[in-house]
Amino acid sequence: MHTGPKLSPEQLEENFADINPPLTPSLALEAASRCLFCYDAPCIKACPTEINIPQFIRQILTQNLVGSARTILSANVLGHSCGRVCPTSVLCEGACVLNAEGKKPVEIGRLQRHAVDHVLDRRIPVLKAGKENGQRVALIGAGPASLACAAELRRLGYAAVIFDSKLEPGGLNTYGIAAYKMRAADAVRETEIIRALGVDIRNGITVGRDVSLEQLEREYNAIFLGVGLGETEDLQIEAENIRRCTDALSFIEKTKTNGFDHVQVGKRVAVIGGGNTAIDVATAARRLGAEVVYMIYRRSREEMSAFDYEYELAQGDGVIFVWQAAPVRVVPDARGRAQGLVCVKTELGSPSSGRRSFRPIPGSEFTLDVDMVIRALGQKKLAFLTNIPNLKLDGGKVVVNSETMQTSNPKYFAGGDCVNGGGEVVDAVAHGMHAARGIHAALAPQQRGMVHA
Amino acid sequence: MPDLSIYFCGVHSPNPFWLASGPPTNTAYQVMKAFDAGWGGAVWKTIGDPIINTASRYGSIDYKHERMIGLNNIELISDRPIETNFREISEVKKRFPKNTVVASLMVESKRETWHDIMRRAQDSGADLVELNFGCPHGMSERGMGAAVGQVPEYTTMITMWVKEVATIPVIVKLTPNVTDVAHMAHAARQGGADAVSLVNTFNSLVGVDLDSYAPRPDVGGYGSHGGYCGPSIKPIALHMVSSVAKHPKVKIPISGIGGIGNWQDAAEFILLGATSVQVCTAAMHYGFRIVQDMIDGLSQYLEDKGLNSVMELVGKSVERIRDWGDLDLNYKIVARIDPKLCIGCNLCYIACEDGAHQCITAAERPRNDLRDGEIPKHVPRILEDECVGCNLCALVCPVPGCITMEQIDVGRPSMSWRQLQEARGRNPQCSMQDLLTRGTAAGD
Repeated sequence: MHTGPKLSPEQLEENFADINPPLTPSLALEAASRCLFCYDAPCIKACPTEINIPQFIRQILTQNLVGSARTILSANVLGHSCGRVCPTSVLCEGACVLNAEGKKPVEIGRLQRHAVDHVLDRRIPVLKAGKENGQRVALIGAGPASLACAAELRRLGYAAVIFDSKLEPGGLNTYGIAAYKMRAADAVRETEIIRALGVDIRNGITVGRDVSLEQLEREYNAIFLGVGLGETEDLQIEAENIRRCTDALSFIEKTKTNGFDHVQVGKRVAVIGGGNTAIDVATAARRLGAEVVYMIYRRSREEMSAFDYEYELAQGDGVIFVWQAAPVRVVPDARGRAQGLVCVKTELGSPSSGRRSFRPIPGSEFTLDVDMVIRALGQKKLAFLTNIPNLKLDGGKVVVNSETMQTSNPKYFAGGDCVNGGGEVVDAVAHGMHAARGIHAALAPQQRGMVHA
Repeated sequence: MPDLSIYFCGVHSPNPFWLASGPPTNTAYQVMKAFDAGWGGAVWKTIGDPIINTASRYGSIDYKHERMIGLNNIELISDRPIETNFREISEVKKRFPKNTVVASLMVESKRETWHDIMRRAQDSGADLVELNFGCPHGMSERGMGAAVGQVPEYTTMITMWVKEVATIPVIVKLTPNVTDVAHMAHAARQGGADAVSLVNTFNSLVGVDLDSYAPRPDVGGYGSHGGYCGPSIKPIALHMVSSVAKHPKVKIPISGIGGIGNWQDAAEFILLGATSVQVCTAAMHYGFRIVQDMIDGLSQYLEDKGLNSVMELVGKSVERIRDWGDLDLNYKIVARIDPKLCIGCNLCYIACEDGAHQCITAAERPRNDLRDGEIPKHVPRILEDECVGCNLCALVCPVPGCITMEQIDVGRPSMSWRQLQEARGRNPQCSMQDLLTRGTAAGD
């Protein structure tokens, strides 16, 4: 399906160049010098992993870049990717007090990346594993939650083994983040920090097929579920799975693994959804060379869950927003390929009770002339979780104690998207950190017992 | 348009802005370029037996992203022949008769040598001379510069030698590397000095390279102490100028030097007793063009103040400098935070809490990000009854006008420490608090 115009490899590289490039040392010093060094700083309180931001910025200013990276990584081992992909405008930078004075906030995300890059580029180890305590924890999934949990467990002296079905570690960090934000290789490189702590990351292993849950339960003192979510939700419309129809995750994954000139994209693309992932898809489609990209959303701009800066990015890329419209069916051509999308206009309920409801307006159908349809509606919950004994789920999400991340099955802890239904990388890292401490609190008494025995 | 011209020891200068003796006044080329830019005067790079300099010569300190807030040098006096310097002074005076040219002099401590150089300076057409008794490095080890300026008797003696042949006014440039600079000014006055200029540079070691362990500036891995100047020395220089201005037995014109980079700095020196001001580091940093705003800004300031001449400004603040013991102990101010302007950085809180008197409270901030909605403002609270009015919170507050110090009427007449001591003498049975409350009337 080479329907889209072929762009040159150079043009594609340019289109997917880092939208937030690294700071030069001089720019970093200037950016760092703007930090007021607030006391009880709001940026820390707005960071799910509570990185001591004023501290690491001060360390950049004193040219103590290794110390700066240590401050960051000891709170958030994925400090590199969080510095690049966090929605900082609603987290740390949104909380920066300079905003209140009408000034631009300190560029916390870029400064964070600057410090972590310093140690990543030079392979300087900044975190140390704790003294081995003889206990072992298995972690399922090699996404941000497990990586953070495993790293923290190593610092506390536990053996940590990650099982992951993909070929490379990193989870959605590697496979699901728009390429102009971060390349797969950068996400994989970051996992070297975790490996260097002694975490055993085993890729290409599917738990339940290549290794059984029973075996893990037997061999490990605790199990962490960092499994994320499943496939993209279906549209539940006619012909949604015909040729030239795909889903957001598969599409983004191809841009991350195949090389841009091997990713197939239509000339005219319809993206269905209103979240940040839908924006990633629409923007990527434009950057791959699609001439027209529609983003179809059932509600209005106000209800869209995508962040403002993401919306602006898509607008800048020339994505056409089709508000208050819902897909009805995909129109196949003679060879069974998508050649149009029939949509219906919607009207919205009153805004009084939470998120506004929407209702199709009968007779308002219209057809978009597109040759590719990509659904970006969020992810399904994983059926795998029902295999775990006594694991309480709520709407498919794992129920945990929010402090310890322990599940209803005391041997199991969980974090990340499988718990919150889909959040930011930094939320998953925070879960992983909390879980590691929860596991430590649960297992440490046994440890003391062992020492005394 | 207010009159910026001054009379300094009877010498007219188009404005009070003079370049200080240093690298910017090394040659006629530079001085003429400076006069074209608008400088009123220039003190020539110190003339004496030519020396040989090292490379490198300067070191500086930065603050955050601000470059060169302090500069240090190990450069010596002019490395050019004495006759070249005097010939160029003559050329400059011919082309710029209205601008003030001061010949800075430094020779070995012999009467005849000083007589000789002084005569040659006068012959060159210089308007004034400045005796460099201040250079703290290199020359002092050869018995010149600060080696003279640190001993009052030498200062008096050499000034007298120069005055024996002087037909033009003599300024003595003072080193700050003494315990009491006003005492040295008095010594110069006793030798017959017509004016003093201060401060010369401070003895300094500007830094050490943490990789090579070599001091800065680095001369092949080694270094030497030098002279420190630039914006960071201004407060110390201001104090020294004011102490000379206040000295009852000095009372001669002062040329103020030390970290001056703009018209505001200049105005402060003038308010504290300087008639002219000298600039070096700022010109080394940004070039001669800085004088344009110095002229414009000072004119505007005088106009705003309703003054006709800069001479009206000279020394206006001197009488406001008192001994600590003469300050009013019953003057009370407290800090107020404007909650509309406060940005919630809590710097006032932690400064007061750890560094002052624990008079500000701030509740711990809850976890909060914009995904949960607006982040509420987090304004610390001043405990007014506890506030000692020290200013620290207002000084650390990054928002202009957010923390103000407001006067509280304590309902007591003013009373200084000195008055309090007198009152205690009269009323040994009364407590200090009691006497303070009653004010100066106590014991009458």
